[in-house]
Amino acid sequence: MTAMADITPLITVRDLTARYGHIEALRSTALHVAPGEFVTILGPNGAGKTTLLRAITRLIASTGQIVFNGRDVTHLRTHELAGLGIIMVQEGRGLFGDMSVRENLQLGAYKLSGPQAHSERQLEKVFSLFPRLRERIDQTASSMSGGEQQMLAVGRALMADPKLLILDEPSLGLAPRVASEILSTLGALNKEGLGILLVEQKAPLALKLAQRVYILASGSVRAELPTQEIESHHDLARYYFT
Amino acid sequence: MTSLAITSPKPAARLDRFSLGLLGAGALLFAAVLVYGGYLLTVMQLAMIYGIFCLGLNFFMGYTGQASFGQNAFACIGGYGSAILCVQYNWEPALALIASMGVAGIAALVIGYPTLRLRGHYLAMATFALGLITYDISVQWTSLTQGYMGYAGIPPLGIGSLTVEDERLKLLCLGGLLLVGFWISQRLRDSRFGRGLRAISGSENGAAALGIRISRFKLIAFVIAGLYASAAGSLFAHTVGFISPEVFGPQMVIVTFTMLYIGGVGTLIGPVVGAIVASLLPEIFRSTGRFQDIAYALVLLLMLIYAPKGLSALGALFRPRKDKGEA
Repeated sequence: MTAMADITPLITVRDLTARYGHIEALRSTALHVAPGEFVTILGPNGAGKTTLLRAITRLIASTGQIVFNGRDVTHLRTHELAGLGIIMVQEGRGLFGDMSVRENLQLGAYKLSGPQAHSERQLEKVFSLFPRLRERIDQTASSMSGGEQQMLAVGRALMADPKLLILDEPSLGLAPRVASEILSTLGALNKEGLGILLVEQKAPLALKLAQRVYILASGSVRAELPTQEIESHHDLARYYFT
Repeated sequence: MTSLAITSPKPAARLDRFSLGLLGAGALLFAAVLVYGGYLLTVMQLAMIYGIFCLGLNFFMGYTGQASFGQNAFACIGGYGSAILCVQYNWEPALALIASMGVAGIAALVIGYPTLRLRGHYLAMATFALGLITYDISVQWTSLTQGYMGYAGIPPLGIGSLTVEDERLKLLCLGGLLLVGFWISQRLRDSRFGRGLRAISGSENGAAALGIRISRFKLIAFVIAGLYASAAGSLFAHTVGFISPEVFGPQMVIVTFTMLYIGGVGTLIGPVVGAIVASLLPEIFRSTGRFQDIAYALVLLLMLIYAPKGLSALGALFRPRKDKGEA
């Protein structure tokens, strides 16, 4: 039992099942993230990690129940979930390549209501985390390097002032130094209280930051454990730390 | 510190030098036609009308990335709306144009709501069917449309005692309306709404994940395209003074697609450039006699091969490349 179990979860997923045609890619999966918690999902290729994230954000059809901040959001659509503060950085970044950094960031703030100052504050926060984006403000997203694009993808998600940030393999295809820089930034954001749900291949890096880990295999959760306990499971430690 | 104005309502995009050059060349051509007059006045008038049509089509196909082969349906509503209201009910042409746009907008809303649930080829086929159905209605419903006879004697554009009958004045008026259409298009493209449309064109899932309501945005883009098409249909009726079903038939789809792709689909000035170039090219080859169509087709092919993103995108060749960072 984790220490977080007593706190009302930020998001609770119950019995989530998703199919691609006849193939059941996700089977009765359950997970939760507490407010301000950093949770990592690990698993081999084809385990259903991306499917799980896409099912949570309603990018694919699924059955089951999703409760966010105590509200049943199972039947909401993707854009409505984004309005509640569930923001996902998709695998492959999902940037709009023909648009400038400025326009991509503007789109991130799309659902922000209230005074313009709010958006400006978010922008300053993004620039303080990723100063390079300020230098590239009028450059098209497609003309930037992979690392800068990933910074922009995370920055754009932060522009939406998320309550829960979901990331699908943000370090994919990046140099180790850049991946480490981005994941460290996520760690800093989590320390400020942002809930994070991360799918990541670079397990050692992700496990340094996460408080809890789910191990996914063949479309279902095989294990859930606090990060510090993973080393006591020798088989898992050998698999994910070496 | 200088504000980066991330939430500024001002347009983010500015026309680059190449685009300004193309527009300048278009303006010079426009002025030359205005001075020399003759048959080219009519050609340029039609180019202006098609330019307005293509500005709308660009909203749906270029910015939003959706396929519609049926925008001629809304031009048909505009054309016949103006013709019927002015010839049979003696409406003022300007009021008839606005009323027809209203009908076309409502039609686009009603038709678009169920149709835009389709994607890709299915949407293309559904919209193509819409164009064919409208064409068929304009042929068959003779009590309303007078069938193949069409409508003649449609009054020129004007309001009250002010009528635009002089051919040069007509061209100036159409050029002014095209500029208004262009200005609206630019403002919308660079607005929060326009960025949302372009995001949908980039990735529907990506846009939805940022909170953009895809179905509503597509529908609004479809309605805007319908309004532009209707205005173009009405302007055709008031400029030429005669309409028949063939004017708004499938041929119109081919012509406007050619214009949009020559100019540059999804670009700001592409629809205007494409409409002018595709209207004037056949006239340039007129001296080749029976080889006119072949020469025109060859030039179109060369353009599509060497400028696949359209003439207005050629400016990218002259821009200095920015190096990617090391990360």
